[in-house]
Parts: sequence; structure tokens; C-alpha cells
Amino acid sequence: MSQAEEITDSGVIESVSGPVVTATDLDAQMNDVVYVGDEGLMGEVIEIEGEVTTIQVYEETSGISPGGPVDNTGEPLTVDLGPGMLDSIYDGVQRPLDVLQGEMGAFLDRGVDAPGIDLEKEWSFEPVVEEGDHVEAGDVLGTVDETVSIEHKVLVPPRSDGGEVTEVNAGEYTVDEPVAVLDSGEEIAMRQEWPVRRARPSKDKHTPRTPLVTGQRIQDGLFPLAKGGTAAIPGPFGSGKTVTQQQLAKWSDADIVVYIGCGERGNEMTEVIEDFPELEDPQTGNPLMARTCLIANTSNMPVAARESCIYTGITIAEYYRDMGYDVALMADSTSRWAEAMREISSRLEEMPGEEGYPAYLAARLAQFYERAGLYTTLNDDEGSVSVVGAVSPPGGDFSEPVTQNTLRIVKTFWALDADLAERRHFPAINWNESYSLYKDQLDDWWRENVSEDFPEVRQWAVDVLDEETELQEIVQLVGKDALPDDQQLTLEVARYLREAWLQQNALHDVDTNCEPAKTYKMLTAIKTFNDAAFDALEAGVPVDEIQNVDAAPRLNRMGVQEDWDEYIEELKDDLTAQLRDLY
Amino acid sequence: MKEYKTISEVSGPLVYVDIDEPVAYDEMVEIETPDGEVKRGQVLESSDEFVAIQVFEGTEGIGQDASVRFLGETLKMPVTEDLLGRVLDGSGQPIDGGPDIVPEERRDIVGEAINPHAREYPEEFIQTGVSAIDGMNTLVRGQKLPIFSASGLPHSDLALQIARQASVPEEEASEEGGSEFAVVFGAMGITAEEANEFMEDFERTGALERSVVFMNLADDPAVERTVTPRMALTTAEYLAFEKDYHVLVILTDMTNYCEALREIGAAREEVPGRRGYPGYMYTDLAQLYERAGRIEGREGSVTQIPILTMPGDDDTHPIPDLTGYITEGQIMMDRDLNSQGVTPPVNVLPSLSRLMDDGIGEGLTREDHGDVSDQLYAAYAEGEDLRDLVNIVGREALSDRDNLYLDFADRFEAEFVDQGFDTNRSVEETLDLGWELLSLFPKEELNRVDEELIEQYYVEDEAEAEEAAAAD
Repeated sequence: MSQAEEITDSGVIESVSGPVVTATDLDAQMNDVVYVGDEGLMGEVIEIEGEVTTIQVYEETSGISPGGPVDNTGEPLTVDLGPGMLDSIYDGVQRPLDVLQGEMGAFLDRGVDAPGIDLEKEWSFEPVVEEGDHVEAGDVLGTVDETVSIEHKVLVPPRSDGGEVTEVNAGEYTVDEPVAVLDSGEEIAMRQEWPVRRARPSKDKHTPRTPLVTGQRIQDGLFPLAKGGTAAIPGPFGSGKTVTQQQLAKWSDADIVVYIGCGERGNEMTEVIEDFPELEDPQTGNPLMARTCLIANTSNMPVAARESCIYTGITIAEYYRDMGYDVALMADSTSRWAEAMREISSRLEEMPGEEGYPAYLAARLAQFYERAGLYTTLNDDEGSVSVVGAVSPPGGDFSEPVTQNTLRIVKTFWALDADLAERRHFPAINWNESYSLYKDQLDDWWRENVSEDFPEVRQWAVDVLDEETELQEIVQLVGKDALPDDQQLTLEVARYLREAWLQQNALHDVDTNCEPAKTYKMLTAIKTFNDAAFDALEAGVPVDEIQNVDAAPRLNRMGVQEDWDEYIEELKDDLTAQLRDLY
Repeated sequence: MKEYKTISEVSGPLVYVDIDEPVAYDEMVEIETPDGEVKRGQVLESSDEFVAIQVFEGTEGIGQDASVRFLGETLKMPVTEDLLGRVLDGSGQPIDGGPDIVPEERRDIVGEAINPHAREYPEEFIQTGVSAIDGMNTLVRGQKLPIFSASGLPHSDLALQIARQASVPEEEASEEGGSEFAVVFGAMGITAEEANEFMEDFERTGALERSVVFMNLADDPAVERTVTPRMALTTAEYLAFEKDYHVLVILTDMTNYCEALREIGAAREEVPGRRGYPGYMYTDLAQLYERAGRIEGREGSVTQIPILTMPGDDDTHPIPDLTGYITEGQIMMDRDLNSQGVTPPVNVLPSLSRLMDDGIGEGLTREDHGDVSDQLYAAYAEGEDLRDLVNIVGREALSDRDNLYLDFADRFEAEFVDQGFDTNRSVEETLDLGWELLSLFPKEELNRVDEELIEQYYVEDEAEAEEAAAAD
């Protein structure tokens, strides 16, 4: 969070009820940041009615009493943007949690403020413009090696009028020291501020045509997400939302990952903090943390800060997008965010909409997801923000307002299924309910980069899985043996599709990440089995013998092979040969 | 201390008082009725003209002539190591006839959130001696793993069994000087009979010495239930993070706690969320459950086993639903298994331990643990599915493979899950038993298990015997 420079006005607390405080005698605008009480708890103005200003407070309000002071900073909630955000972990209002731990120990105390980026640290700045160059808002002035993976580009702030560079020097700078001076007299430092509730400006928004490769077979293969696209992962508890999100954060081929733990478990965030520095980024081989920014507002941290953490995250994501990077943002979970809105709305005694959620729920969700996209940035570069939001529907019922309103916006839907999770089919993404509207626009990429016939092979797999679903209904009534031979064989092929291809073990060193070429090749192996098996069936071989062919169970081990290319080639040959031998 | 006699409204558990000096949010209050009874309460809402107070001991006898004192501080729990072995009521007063508690410290019961950066990830296996938990849904130190039960099921017996048998295997072997184990038991609205069962078991096994018991019984005031778990957890945090104990917190029954929340919400005329429960119930429950964990550089840990009874056996009811979203898994009790006489009647399929993967495996339990449990899950799930089918078409219509899965499911329940409340199995025993059952299947069926592990652990005779039997 950015430091408040001065206090513009002071008022008096009138009443306190949980995270909602009202004040009188306060001259404030909507969304101004204020400090409440003698301890200076941070809050934000959310309603103004006559003399009375209503404030949501980002910290626990125990012990705050009417009559105490309220100080207004006169500025909306802003974040500090600059080098040093990657490899960091923040709370919902961008206070670095490691700094807070140093200042107040293992438990989160109140009234402590800390800047979002280290103000003391010196960065080595390398200019890319020269004195005399003309620059405008959004242009790159120079670069800083932020982490081993990421070169941080220092941009002219979006609200600058631009001008001619009169002074720019390489050297060591702190984030507040000016690295360049313009002829207008404007001094530009590395640190920028931006109000979190406002989208950062850009030139243009385009239709995305490149997939965000996730390394997960079912997601890449069947329900792809585009770079700059939006996806939702709804699922009841225990269906693997968080693991799925974390897998995306680990293996997706984005340049930058912003991971928001919004109202979720403390231990889960700790796992991320402990795991990510040790994991390798599959693209660069550097530690994963070097491209990651974490925002952790766990379920027991103040509810108002949970409401703001989503905005803090997306603003940071947009900032890196403006440098021309592909950013992936994971929000786990947007339901907690919606509930925070509901809680505050109910304290304000607003007229509730569906299930007690405020009437503006749909609008807020849409505003958030609309900040995703593939953009032409102000400096004519291309950058994208892809957003993946987890949804936690009560009782796993997808008809509830948060899921429904999310589905109206997002184009990729990964439906998690408690039944699949129960039988330990992971990722527990239900292939009948999920969809991706990006499929067609991404086909060209697959044809070009993986294989010309990928869309056709994929369609074959989808058809087999569909047929299986229908056949299963019959099997439930009459048993598998009552089916004709060809249908029994279809069931067998579908079983391999499910067990060998759709299932993927996140805990296995090799299987956890599957590149597109492997995803495709594994599918062709199953298709080889399918084709050879049906040939054999036509030649009169009994279905039992086909099913019991030695090589077939080896399909189940494809995922865990490091030398998959060789393994699968050999397997294909063996399958064809062994099935041919049957007749 | 200023005293007011300006009560303007009494409504359910709430008292509204007009004031002329500011009173802090959450501040403690004493209300003295005309006949001298003193009741305690807490400020729920504070403005410059009036405050709303929730009264813990019920509002009977409070009228407009009662006097109200504001104590100038929030609710605190006196904590000391000497609390071990003591029995307290739901608001922390001793009821065991023992000496007064001399506190070393008085702690705010709300408790501050643990900085996620300061947490240590839980990965120390706790052996409960219950196969359905150790083998399939492993508990680790610092985890919060609730028992989802329903009325009439023996959840108390399971909780007691865990409290009795819980241990950390390697620590027993290595050193005696390791951290000690303590139990904090928070009862909310349970019947006197249930309470007696717990107390008798604690006394019989000598567990009371290392326990702190908070008792809010069914006929105690409902509002008091909202502070009981906070008292218990404040005590647990103190014992864990100041005195290096490994604390197991058992909270029963969370359903009663949530009912109390709803009662207060209704009295305040709040906009209700689902089924009349307050909209902030998720946050409120999280503030309890999230107080489990480990902290970097501290010896002790807080592990929570909250128990809740699902109204109408419905796990989509807001109480189990919100709980499941916060806790790290759940142990599901099953009515069918119970009526079959399986003890403990744990249905492993909908049960889950999210922290299991990091707490098991080589060096922690055994290298085959993850694979074995996956395979057992998958096989049992398949067997369960087939049971539906058998009801329609009969066993004869099924293939040999299907029949194998049916046999497996039966044996899994009878041998693996049904161990009784007094059997304490080591994790090795549990895993060996798992292999014995898995060896019913031919090796090729074990597609979740690493090939090397199959070679090492597969019980050959079993399969041969089975094949021979099938051939007959």
C-alpha cells in the first residue's frame, strides 16, 4: 500500500459495528482512505449521507470507541508500483507480510503501516532512452533487473503529459529517486502509485489467439484458456480448487503470476510460500517465486481487506501487462470476495439482492473480469492479463448467484466435481459440464505448433467420452456384459482416456506438468489402440481378448514417463503388433 | 467506573443502554439486577448515544431498573499452565471446586490472525491409531480436521479414541524431552449425559491431567457458547506457543455454536444469509478454525478437531458447508456403516485430509503410503458403484473383475475400517492391512501404485489363494 503523505481533514467516530464505522464532521470523498481511532486503523469511505460518513475498516475494530478521531488522507486506496513486487507476499492492502512479521511478530497486530515496496533498496537502472528523446505516457525509460527471471521496465506514468528527456543516467537508485527528468520539469522515479479500483489505461483490446499453456492435459487439451482470457473454476469443498489453481500458478507459461489467496486457509498460503521458492519455473529454470507476486488475505484476516485484495492483485497484474508481459492472475476464491461484499453491505443495511448478496454483485464481478484481456499497451507493445477465478458455491450448487454471475462473463468454465474427487480422479474437472469458448480461436495455434490434426483427434476423444456417458446409463441398468462387443470396446477406450489421459497426478515429479506435444502424443497412443482394437474386433476377435492384450495397461503409465516420446512410439508399435497377432 | 441505570430495551439476549460517554466496541459489561445477580455481557454495537449489549447469562431478571457497568476492557481469558487438569464453565470460571486460577497472563479472547508468512507448514504426521484416518485421511500437527457427524452417531467415541491414542511415532522413539501433548476440550451446548461420558473417559484414562475442559451444557445460556470456543482456543494458543505443548483442541458441537450466532443475529434484526444464519458466519467460523497451526520457531502446535452434527444428515447445510470450506478436510461419519455395526463408522470416500500428502511418505510414514491410499480409494469407490448395480442385476450378471471389486469393498469395510474404538493400530499395521486387501487384485489392476512398490509389498499368496478359489 502506498504511504499517505498528509492528513487533509479530521472527523469524529460516531458509531462502531464490526468492520463498519461511521464518522461525523469529516470532509471526504467516496473511497478516500482514512485512519480510524487512536491506533490509526486503516479504512475506506464507502458511503456519505449528509453529515455522516460510513467507513469500512481493514483491521479488527475491537476496543475502538465513539468519540475517537478519524483522519482523512483525501486519496483513494492506491498501491505502490515499482521494482520489488515480485518475490513478495502482501496482505489485502499491499502491506508486505514479511515486513509486518518483523515489526509485530507472528500474530498480526493493528495499526502498523508499511510501504508496498522497499524504499531503501537501490536498484541498478539502465536507460533505454537518451537525453533529447521525446517520451509519452507509458513509454519505457529504462530497465531494472527485478529478479533473475524478470526485467522490470520503468515506464513513464500513465497520467504524465510526456515531453523531452532532459536528464537520464544509468546508476543505482532507490525507488523514490528520479531516474529521468523531462523538459516540463517532471521528475520520474521508479515508484508509481495507482488507485486500485480504476483500470490502468491502455490503447486497445484484442481477441486472444494464443493459449495460456497450463501443463494440464484436460485444460490444455479439451478446455483451453487463451492468454488474455478469463476462466472460472467452481467446485464444492474438497474437489481440488486450490490444487488446480496452484498447478496453474506453477506450470502455466505466463511471464508473471499474481496469486491472490482471498479469504482462504492460512496453511495453504504457507504452502505456497514454502513451495514456490524451491520450484523451478518450467520456462526459465529459475525459482518460481522470481515471477510470482502473492497476495494473502486469509479467512480470519479482516473482512474489508478481503474485499480490496482482488483489486490490489489486478492492479499489480495490469502494471506488468503495461511492460508487455503476459500475466496470469489466480484469485482463490472469488466467492469469499463476494461474501465480503455481502457482509459489508448487510452492515450498511442495504437492500439485499439474491441470497443476501448486494444488488451490485454482478456489476462488480463483471468489472473485475473485464480488466483481463489482450491489450495494446500505451507504448504499442502487447501485453495480456489472464484471470482465473475460483468459485466456492455453497453446497456445490452451481445455481447460486456468484457462480451464475461469473458464468455470464467468463469464457472458460472448468467445473469441478465432488464425485470425481471422491474416487480420486484428479484434476476433478468434469468433462461433460466444462466448456471453453476459446477452443476455435486457438485451433490455429495447435495446428501450427503441435500437430496439423490436433483438433480432429481432440474431437474424436470428446466423442468417445460423450458416448461413454450415454452407455454408462445403460450399464447402470443392465450391466456391462449385456452390451454388444463394439460398445464394450468403446467403454474400454473411454476408460483409458479417463485414466491415462484426463487424470494427471499433481504430486508426481514428471506427470505434474505435461507439455502440449506430450498431451497430443498421449492422445494419439490411445487412438492407435482404439483403431487397432476395432480392426481386430471386425476381424472377429472376441472383445475379452482385445481388452486383455498385454501392452494396453502400459497406456496408464504414459504420463509418468520422462522419455515419453520414445515410450509412446514403442507402445504404439507394440499395441498394433499385438492386436494384429490376434487374427 | 461509571454506572448506568438507563436500559431502554431488552430483547432476547440483547440489552440496549443509553449512554453519555463513549464505550468501546467489544468492551465487557456487568449488569446487576435489582436482586443482586450480576450478569456479564459484551458490547455488540456502539454509538455515541446508545450501546447494544449481548448478555452471556441470559436476560431473565433484567429490567429497566438494572444497573450497567462498563469494565473498560475487552473480554480476556486468564491463562496459566496450571489450567491443565481443570474444569471450567463456558465462560472460563472454575466449576471443579478447585482453587482459584492465578493467571500468568490475561489474553484477549478474540485472538489475532497468524501472519501467513510466520506460519510453518504442517507436515508432522499424527498417528491416531485409526486406520480410516491414518491410512486414508492422515491428520498432521497444526491441522484443523472436523468430524462431520449426525445425530445418533458415535462421534464422541471417535473423538475420545483420537484424544487417547494420538501420538507422533518418531518422537516417542527418539527423545523424551520433546514437547508434551495436551488436550483442550470445549463443549458447547452438549447434554449433561454426553459431558459425563467425556469426563468419565478423561478420568478413567488419566487424560484429565493434561487437559483443560470448558463446559457449556445444553441448559447453559446459548449466548455464552459464542465465547466458549474462543476461551478454549486462547488457552490452547497460550499452551502451544508460550509453553511448547502440542495441543489437540476438540470442539463439540459446532452446530450449537452456530445456532447461538443465529439467535443473536435474529435478535439484532440483521439481514440473514442462507437459512437464517448470519451473513458473516463464514468469517466468524474462520476466526475460530484458523487458530490452528504451527508458527516458525515455536515448538508447540494447535491441532483442531471440531465436531459438528449435520442437520438432517445434509452436508450442504450452511454449517458443514462453510466449515468444509475453511477446514483442511473432514472425517465423515456414515449412518449406514453405523447400522451395519462398523466402528468407527467412517465413510472414507467423502472424507478428506488436505494436508495428508505432505505428512506422509518416505521418512514420515512409509514410502508406499500415498499410492496405497490412492489405490484403496479408487478400488473402494468402484466397489461402491457396483453395489448399486448388483441390486438391480444380481451378482451373476457381473464379470469376474467386478465381483472382485465387490469382495474388496466388503472386506475393506469389515477389516480395514471396522477396528473398534479400543484398537490402536500403528501406521505400518494399517498399511500392511491395506496391501493384504489390495492383493486380492491381480497386479495389473493396481494402476495407482508404483511398479517397484508392487514388487516389494504385494502379498502373493493372497492372490494365488483367491485365484484358486475362483477356479473351484
